[in-house]
Amino acid sequence: MAEKIGVYVCHCGTNIAQTVDCKSVVDYASGLPNVTVAREYQYMCSDPGQELIKKDIKELGLTRVVVASCSPLMHEPTFRRAVEEAGLNQFLFQMANIREQCSWISENKEMATERAKSIVGAAVKRVEFQEPLDVKKVPVNPNVLIVGGGITGIEAALQIADSGKKVYLVEKEPTIGGYMAQFDKTFPTLDCAACILTPKMVSVGQHPNIELLSYSDVTGFSGYVGNFTARIRRRAKYVEEEKCSGCGLCTEKCPVSVPSEFDCGLGKRKAIYRPFPQAVPNVPVIDRDRCLYFTKGVCKVCQKFCPRGAINFEQKETYADLQVGTAILATGFDLFDASKVKQYGYGRLPNVITSLEFERFSHASGPTGGKILLKNGQMPSNIAILHCIGSRDTNFNEYCSRVCCMYSMKIAHLAHEKTGARVYEFYIDLRAFGKGYEEFYKRILEEETIFIRGKAAEVTDVAQTSAERGKLIVVAEDTLLGIVRRIPVDMVVLSVGLEPRKDTTEIARIFSISRSQDGFFLERHPKLAPVSTASDGIFIAGACQGPKDIPDSVAQGAAAAANALSLIDRKEVTLEPTVAFIDEKSCSGCKICIGLCPYNAISFDESKEVSVVNDALCKGCGTCVAACPSGAIGQRNFTDDQLLAEVEAICA
Amino acid sequence: MEFSYYPGCSLEGMNKAYDKSARLVSKTLGIGLTELNDWNCCGASAYMSIQELRAHLLSARNLAIAEREKKDLVVVCPACLTTLTKSNHYMGEDLKLRRTIASALKAANLQYLGTVKVRHLLEVLVNEIGEQEIKTKVTRPLTSLKVAPYYGCQFTRPFGEFDDKEFPVMLDTLLKWLGAEPVNFPLKAKCCGGMLMTTNEPVGLGLVRSLLDCATQNGAECIATICPLCHITLEAYQGNVNKKFATSFEMPTLYFTQLMGLAFGFSRKELGINEELISSKAVLARRVEAV
Repeated sequence: MAEKIGVYVCHCGTNIAQTVDCKSVVDYASGLPNVTVAREYQYMCSDPGQELIKKDIKELGLTRVVVASCSPLMHEPTFRRAVEEAGLNQFLFQMANIREQCSWISENKEMATERAKSIVGAAVKRVEFQEPLDVKKVPVNPNVLIVGGGITGIEAALQIADSGKKVYLVEKEPTIGGYMAQFDKTFPTLDCAACILTPKMVSVGQHPNIELLSYSDVTGFSGYVGNFTARIRRRAKYVEEEKCSGCGLCTEKCPVSVPSEFDCGLGKRKAIYRPFPQAVPNVPVIDRDRCLYFTKGVCKVCQKFCPRGAINFEQKETYADLQVGTAILATGFDLFDASKVKQYGYGRLPNVITSLEFERFSHASGPTGGKILLKNGQMPSNIAILHCIGSRDTNFNEYCSRVCCMYSMKIAHLAHEKTGARVYEFYIDLRAFGKGYEEFYKRILEEETIFIRGKAAEVTDVAQTSAERGKLIVVAEDTLLGIVRRIPVDMVVLSVGLEPRKDTTEIARIFSISRSQDGFFLERHPKLAPVSTASDGIFIAGACQGPKDIPDSVAQGAAAAANALSLIDRKEVTLEPTVAFIDEKSCSGCKICIGLCPYNAISFDESKEVSVVNDALCKGCGTCVAACPSGAIGQRNFTDDQLLAEVEAICA
Repeated sequence: MEFSYYPGCSLEGMNKAYDKSARLVSKTLGIGLTELNDWNCCGASAYMSIQELRAHLLSARNLAIAEREKKDLVVVCPACLTTLTKSNHYMGEDLKLRRTIASALKAANLQYLGTVKVRHLLEVLVNEIGEQEIKTKVTRPLTSLKVAPYYGCQFTRPFGEFDDKEFPVMLDTLLKWLGAEPVNFPLKAKCCGGMLMTTNEPVGLGLVRSLLDCATQNGAECIATICPLCHITLEAYQGNVNKKFATSFEMPTLYFTQLMGLAFGFSRKELGINEELISSKAVLARRVEAV
């Protein structure tokens, strides 16, 4: 019996109709074999659009449906649902993308229309060969994995744990807290960062539903939505967490003093250390590379003094496999390396510092006890803050890092307050977009901060006048005055931008998620699914998705938590049936597919001597299908018949 | 290693010693430099801003001739480097310009497909020849000779992907291989004032003065140059600077290839070192044995 196919061409407002003559595509489709009806409509995804399809299925007895509109990533689920609601199996539907792959990439209406016809023709030919498939349902494990214990991960962890679900929070560093723990105050309210962060850190540490795995990282992640297995590497702290009371005696007695990473190298820490006194967990770790026992085989002073016998030099790193249903990545960002921009002299000229170093100077428990000091121990009387270092710069990162304008103004305020110095801000554009931000800008203006509109060209110590001698001179074109200015100052603060973390590639690989052009993790939809990823059950939040300030990061942490909880509360999820299948009669048992499968979804049945696909683990990537030398593997909804029909139609 | 060689106009005139020493050290290091047949002006100086298309045409003609040789094109003048690279770049990006130039070249029975890579000799020496090879040729190290490495404005800007654009280090590196001591020279990529001498001499002299000041204060005994115009400006205007600012600079200026030649054991005469305006004799006698 011949199929009865319905074809629906969407205008997408003017997105498609402006470049493609939809009427002509409909006329063309009407003439194709087995097409019962072809229609056009302004918005196929709208309710009336979907009703059109449903009505035709019921009244005309359609057996196959083609919608020519946008990318399947956008609305395939919408139309599949509509088809299913009208009583047709959802896989008897095919989407023809005439927007992203046609109208949006052409300015020539005639050619675009021809192209649209070709795309629609291929879909019509293909849909004939499509088969009904059954959707499987699997239960969702209610445990959640959160990677990254900065403010975003903390917020997500607390939200989920408070709802009664179990959270595994994995943090690479010895403590949670992230960058926020290093900040002095936060814009625009000037709350002390520690005052608002440490209570949350303590809650995480004490929460009965949160298992905090610090000094750990994720090395493997497998499974499928609702049923993942995460492999966690727990690095050796050489301190037994259950025994340690956090008294700090070991740190006090340790004879080795090295630059503290937490203080940006401006202060010292010991070889056995907590990054800062409010660390959570309040357990020190031994830095193997610096410890005298590990490097020279002597000392063990910490062990001698520990009243609880918690020091264990024999501790080894361990691995744990955790069963979780969903994961939230909140892995944060790296700061741009200011030494890459040679003309600002970072690392070459004394008293050129980064914004994070300023935060440490300004922090009451920082290396200078909150004093802003020059290398010679004196207070600066002139400070320049240079915006957009590594951001909005085609030599480095093209994007705006979003937080620097605001934190630069916060630094101006703190510098002014603590030193009485005259503060200059060299900016390209001032972006004070958030709630209370413009008001903060006004406040900083009123504090007589001098704003010079112009990106600094360089910082030099080559004086041209006696007033410049012994100073750092910031050279910039003042684009409001149209002149080049040279401003001598004592201290230069470089407002460095935010970058994807160095291990982003690795994390993306482990979790099989994509990255956008700028290197950050890619969200499923920039507006409508900002914390979802293309992998079901894996969410992203905070600055790992793109530069974000604290309010936005916290909002995303909470949003990711809500997404995870919504999935958990569904109790079960459906799995795409578009997986690989093996024709046992043709399988030669060569096992090539097993080694190639990126998801470990194929195993070997020794009794039958054939490979077997685990439907739940298979993601339908098609690698095995292409590789099978016997042609024994096919993929549902991507069978040879379907693909060849499509290709044939395009080439016809 | 074979290259086409484009000397450029100044190397036939005031900067003969640069040409001489460049060819000599290249030969020593096994670099074959074959001078481009029938080359013309690169199109630099004010030409580009007054008659842009014609300037590109001048460049394109050189590039078209170079393309027939199927070798990278080596230049020693950063202005030639910038202009030739700029035309290359623009022709690659701008279809209309490419077509216009193609039709003009056709009139001279030439064509250009865009395959020539233009490179500065310094970059070739550091990237292609490298530390090992260069160090083995050093027979007379320039031990403790304090040199200000001066790159000028155009070596890395705007097309210097091979080094840091704002704060290049290649010459510093090369000088260290020769045994010399490159001094801290923060003005290393600043304007020499050369283009200003005919239009606004006071500003030009001010720039020369700040360069000489900076080199002197950082303990330099001579300045190493990689640009013919910088070289002439620093040398020829020192007297005017001294007159205008009541200073007493006497800073010798040497092409980086001359310093290489010295380290490789060539005589002052072979390298044209006796031809400079401000004698380097005393400095070299103090630091380099048996010159």
